[in-house]
Amino acid sequence: MPISPATALSSSVDASVTPLVEMVDIDKAFPGVRALSRARFELRAGEVHALMGENGAGKSTLMKILSGVYTRDAGQVRLNGQPVEITSPRQAQDMGIGIIHQELALMRDLTAAQNIFIGREPRRAFLLDEGALNRDTQAIFDSMNLKLEPTVKVETLTIAKQQMVEIAKALSYQSRVLIMDEPTAALNDAEIAELFTIINRLKAEGVGIVYISHKMDEIKRISDRVTIMRDGEYVGTVPAADTPIETIISMMVGRTLTNDALVIPDTSAAPVALEVRNLNRGREIRDVSFSVRKGEILGLAGLMGAGRTEVARAIFGADPRESGEIWVNGNRVGISSPQDAVRAGIGYLSEDRKQFGLATGLDVRNNIALASLERFIGPGGVINDSAMHETAEKFIRQLSIKTPSDTQEARLLSGGNQQKVVIAKWLLRDCDILIFDEPTRGIDVGAKAEIYKLLNALAEQGRAIIVISSELPEILRLSHRIAVMCEGRLTGVLPGGSSQEEIMRLATLRPSAVAETNSERKSA
Amino acid sequence: MTDTTAPAAKSGVRISGAFHRLLAFSGLIALVVVFSIASPNFMQTQNVLAILQATSVNGVLAIAATLVIITGGIDLSVGTLMTFCAVITGVVLTNLGMPLPLGILASILAGTFCGLISGTIIAKLKVPPFIATLGMMLILKGLSLVISGTKPIYFNDTPGFNQIALGSAVGSIFPSLPVPNGVLILFLVAAIAAFVLSRTALGRYTFALGSNEEAVRLSGVNVDRWKIAVYATAGGICGVAGLLIASRLNSAQPALGQGYELDAIAAVVIGGTSLSGGRGTVVGTLIGALIISVLANGLRILSVAQEWQTVVTGSIIILAVYADILRRRTL
Repeated sequence: MPISPATALSSSVDASVTPLVEMVDIDKAFPGVRALSRARFELRAGEVHALMGENGAGKSTLMKILSGVYTRDAGQVRLNGQPVEITSPRQAQDMGIGIIHQELALMRDLTAAQNIFIGREPRRAFLLDEGALNRDTQAIFDSMNLKLEPTVKVETLTIAKQQMVEIAKALSYQSRVLIMDEPTAALNDAEIAELFTIINRLKAEGVGIVYISHKMDEIKRISDRVTIMRDGEYVGTVPAADTPIETIISMMVGRTLTNDALVIPDTSAAPVALEVRNLNRGREIRDVSFSVRKGEILGLAGLMGAGRTEVARAIFGADPRESGEIWVNGNRVGISSPQDAVRAGIGYLSEDRKQFGLATGLDVRNNIALASLERFIGPGGVINDSAMHETAEKFIRQLSIKTPSDTQEARLLSGGNQQKVVIAKWLLRDCDILIFDEPTRGIDVGAKAEIYKLLNALAEQGRAIIVISSELPEILRLSHRIAVMCEGRLTGVLPGGSSQEEIMRLATLRPSAVAETNSERKSA
Repeated sequence: MTDTTAPAAKSGVRISGAFHRLLAFSGLIALVVVFSIASPNFMQTQNVLAILQATSVNGVLAIAATLVIITGGIDLSVGTLMTFCAVITGVVLTNLGMPLPLGILASILAGTFCGLISGTIIAKLKVPPFIATLGMMLILKGLSLVISGTKPIYFNDTPGFNQIALGSAVGSIFPSLPVPNGVLILFLVAAIAAFVLSRTALGRYTFALGSNEEAVRLSGVNVDRWKIAVYATAGGICGVAGLLIASRLNSAQPALGQGYELDAIAAVVIGGTSLSGGRGTVVGTLIGALIISVLANGLRILSVAQEWQTVVTGSIIILAVYADILRRRTL
């Protein structure tokens, strides 16, 4: 659905107020890539302005220009109507522009207070004034209604609390503009609610907030206006409340996406591919048992910290388990390392692709072959490159991986395509049991739909699939059955197509306090 | 692993920070106890002072290395820089006949200047620290030989010079406690370095750089400047080490120096400073340096061949780091 930029803008801009920030006709090129082309953005005081677009649309680049991380090639940035040059992060801070980066930019070994005031520590003569540092930090925490010790080391904090420290840091600059890049990517619902409370308070104080996110429901909940970008260009700005999600998505991807409905195949006659019996490890995994049949997609739902990833890693042999049996195709298998798991035909796609799944420095071809290298070793121990090339090309076609060639470095691919490379790796290794941990984290809407389609296709081919996801709509759209966890226990298994409410009920079904203390006494 | 160990591991998290330092310290105590029992000579005042004296040069170099390693970098040039500073002092005092204070100043300034250059190469030219300081190590080694004409420079014309390390200011006040000045200087440098690390901006950025350099940069801090400052400070400390070794030998030995950097790094690692940066302490390094010299001294007293001493030191380094890995696993 085409929307002309001009009409979209005029419909929502109140011309009588000078915007806090105006970015006009911004160009930015990196070697070989045109990141931004005549990009535009406008932010008013006291509004939450969502910035949306697929990965690579230029959202982060545009905001990095505003926050002084990059300098623009052309165009103009105006602050309160005045043209400004922002050449460093420091300068942006001095102008009251704060940014909370997607990858949290904190120093793990320092305390919260030390992080917040890095670069402008209160000093007495040439000594640091640790007392003033902690007092000032406490004052900011108090103003945010945040219960946190200024002297706590950042590495001991949860991601959510680390995010709060980042926000406190931005506030300590008296920021008038606050840029949040995917702030909820690692937060659970309660933490998101907490974040939104703070956002609303800041909004009331007249702070302008730029909110970058892929999550449509959040955008609807929190933002006033939405600016959409595509391929480094400005597409349009629309009011968040009265614009249908489909319209925003089609502006992002430049086409209409079909929303495939969930079809649950009858797999009751299919053999059980994977069965887990009485899996245990400390307080993280408590007596978890379930099974997945061939051709079935089992969703594993739960709040953050429920133990879903722990279960997956224990099945995969990445972490030790204390007790429990794993059966594959009716045979009990001894898995004590990922090597054992892969030999048993289990592949695990971790939530953090860059850290665990993908060798980012290697090219696509070698990533696909990584788990099956011995297949390509020819006479004399020499790697048969042409065979590897043929295989890689086959998967690139089969999974429609978007890459210029199979010798492209994997780190240069978009998130969705990186995910496909990892899938190809396990398919090549003949893994018929695939565990996907947050398969679409950080992946844009267009690519998400493709990953969903791919998962369905893999199941149709008879593979058993486990999907771990924090996004309930994702679980509901994919799963033929849904196993729900809470605090290390499996609290129930629901049929596909259950309601969000049912899942949430099981996800918050805490074991009774009595059982809790009993088991503690036993373990102590 | 059984069910019962899980809560224990959890509660271990809280004390783990101090655990490693405690481990190194108890290791040191254990060594002292073992050697005291094995030989009555070990705990003689004279032997203890000899151990401390033997620690002074490596200890000071290790403190310099600690600063750099906490930033996540490495300095391979500390040993030959020490020698270079000693040679410069020799030139100033013996060849040019300048007064003693100028010689001391020259050594520290030469060290600071060389550190400044290393730091600039690393920060501005983005040459990895390992390579930049490896180059610096060889450059300084060569320059020391060139400047000195490959011959030692003696300090016979500067009577007070050997007092820098060998005299005893403490002994002149408390005759029963003749702590050599070299040892005093080691503890002084350690105290100042510990203070700088915990209480000044330089110290704060030293940890911050090693923890997450990109985050420091994004916080608007001039990362290059502080990184250069750390290398320059470390260089200045190497200048102090240069004075100590020259004073002890009453000469600047231009061929000396290479190999000292590894002993220094060993002390840092045994002391619990992470080679990946972000964490470390001067006290830990001091304990690490003491462990190395107690080991050398004790094994010598027990008439263990010199060859075996390095075997033991090497094993201790691996053990110390493995202990650190075990500790992290409980996190």
